[in-house]
Amino acid sequence: MVAGGQFRPMKILIAVTEVAEVEDDFEIEGLGVAEQYLDYDLNEWDDYAIEEGVQLQEAGEDVEVVSVTIGPERSEETIRMGLAKGVDRAIRVWDDALEEREELGVETKADVLAAVVEDEAPDLVLTGVQSNDDAFGATGVALAEEIGFEWAAVVNTLDLDPGGSVASVHRELEGGVEELTDVELPAVLTIQTGINEPRYASLRGIRQAQSKEIAPKSLGDLGLDESVTESPITLTQLYEPETESDATVFEGSPDEEADQLADLLRETGVVEG
Amino acid sequence: MTVLAIAEHRRGELRDVSFELATAGRDLADATDGDLHLAVIGGAVEAFVDRLDREGVDVIHTIDEGEEFNHDVYVQAVEALYDEVEPDTLLMPNSVNGLDYAPAVANRLSLPLVTDAIDIEHDGGLAVTREKYGWPPAEGTDDTEVRAFDADIDESAVRSAVTGFQEVGGGDVDISEAEVLVSVGRGIEDEENIALIEALAETLDATLSSSRPIVDNGWLPKNRQVGQSGKQVTPEVYIAIGISGAVQHVAGMKGAETIVAINTDSNAPIYDLADYGIVDDLFEVVPALIEEFGGEPPEV
Ligand SMILES: Cc1cc2nc3c(=O)[nH]c(=O)nc-3n(C[C@H](O)[C@H](O)[C@H](O)COP(=O)(O)OP(=O)(O)OC[C@H]3O[C@@H](n4cnc5c(N)ncnc54)[C@H](O)[C@@H]3O)c2cc1C
Ligand SMILES: Nc1ncnc2c1ncn2[C@@H]1O[C@H](COP(=O)(O)O)[C@@H](O)[C@H]1O
Repeated sequence: MVAGGQFRPMKILIAVTEVAEVEDDFEIEGLGVAEQYLDYDLNEWDDYAIEEGVQLQEAGEDVEVVSVTIGPERSEETIRMGLAKGVDRAIRVWDDALEEREELGVETKADVLAAVVEDEAPDLVLTGVQSNDDAFGATGVALAEEIGFEWAAVVNTLDLDPGGSVASVHRELEGGVEELTDVELPAVLTIQTGINEPRYASLRGIRQAQSKEIAPKSLGDLGLDESVTESPITLTQLYEPETESDATVFEGSPDEEADQLADLLRETGVVEG
Repeated sequence: MTVLAIAEHRRGELRDVSFELATAGRDLADATDGDLHLAVIGGAVEAFVDRLDREGVDVIHTIDEGEEFNHDVYVQAVEALYDEVEPDTLLMPNSVNGLDYAPAVANRLSLPLVTDAIDIEHDGGLAVTREKYGWPPAEGTDDTEVRAFDADIDESAVRSAVTGFQEVGGGDVDISEAEVLVSVGRGIEDEENIALIEALAETLDATLSSSRPIVDNGWLPKNRQVGQSGKQVTPEVYIAIGISGAVQHVAGMKGAETIVAINTDSNAPIYDLADYGIVDDLFEVVPALIEEFGGEPPEV
């Protein structure tokens, strides 16, 4: 698309993370959930960010979409999902010093991502609102401040001409209210679920993803050292909150359970029949 | 220790989270015989001061700058105030707007950041527990010192502008008016299966609502969404079917009179809230329930 009569190539960087999902029944070992109870998947919010980036690419003429992940080799499976959906190439940052940390803090993630932004010089950075496991909800905004980009958090509508200099966004506030905001580029936007309909990867996409580049980088490659992994915050304990449940649980076969619930509903007087 | 807490307001209204911050801030200041400072940035600062002026608040700082929230202004204002007050701890709301400026403030001031805090204890350092919600509001009086503070905002650093607001989720149904809500979550798996829950709602003469993923997927319109970013509901009966009970969902339905959960996972947080539960497969229980009330369950 030609915006303002002028054509300009555009680069979009998407921060993509794999998240650990915990099975219904699990055990805690030390400061984490025991590995055998964890499954890894693409962070739900990042799936929407990928879709948004790929849609911008499809609307433009010369838009490159690059993903960046801080994660171990295992996360390449997640990264490939993005590549299969249309991301052009990927960067994966990992290092022994990162591996040693129980949990990467917001500061560490922002510092590492900032170094990648410096290398790549994107016009737009997309992150998810939050990662489903750490759930800091903070990496995107911290990154923006770190690199001096403008930003907007919790974006559920994005209007941007590829090549344009302002993104018009809706920020989803509480209680069914949206804020309409104009944001100057370059910017970081944290993407909320529901902004679009993430596509499924096509077979062709999955095949193509096999030959796309996932560039591995260490901290040293990015001009960083171990000190970025230091944090004034220490994880001291992980526990399962004691259930405060005092629910009356109906037991029996599904029919018996339904029967008891039906009696209850009739007793409340608000349901007839 | 000195605590500085930042109030939140939107479109002329102080938001309740401000009082939660004040209560948490007071507890924290008490643990060390310290002071609690509140700040209110922008909007009708005088009117907000009247409401924030409560027992246990030592100083209120007003920064009269703009009408609506703008993170570029907030970051600069909090930074300037931080230098002035030199607090040991800064408290900001874990709201959508809080998430839009707190991480930037922390990064700018090189302070460690903990989001989504539900408990804070002073143990030399701070021991913070994350996940979950809630403090009750504090008691009120009015002998608090109010200081107008000039944050000296650099307008050239303001690179985003609010151009308006929009209400979403209007339409023919108002789930917040319903007496009985039958609410469906991701446990329903497929769009076609929604018909099953619809049939239950119809049989019970109830209104159909849902958790967020159902709306995100486009399976139900936005006006059916219960939760933080949807509607707050207070029905007499709320039947949560295949809903885990995430904080953002609970924020919208915890005021229901009677809560019933149908969920295969007995550890799902919805059971912390539920008065009654069926720990079983919704695809077996819901048809049986429809039949109990003389309805005809659809094939799914
Ligand atoms: C800024 C922000 C705002 C948000 N606002 C909202 C909001 O307004 N409203 C909202 O709801 N969420 C909101 N969320 C999302 C929220 O965090 C959760 O992701 C969401 O509530 C989960 O929906 P769910 O319970 O339907 O799905 P899940 O959490 O996936 O739960 C599905 C449940 O179904 C159960 N289940 C599966 N199969 C069956 C079966 N056959 N029978 C019975 N049970 C079964 C599972 O055990 C599970 O507990 C928000 C998130 C953010 C970050
Ligand atoms: N390890 C990571 N690698 C790349 N991006 C990440 C990583 N962790 C978080 N992010 C990005 O930051 C967003 C918010 O994560 P968080 O602040 O951890 O809740 C995610 O949706 C990602 O876009």
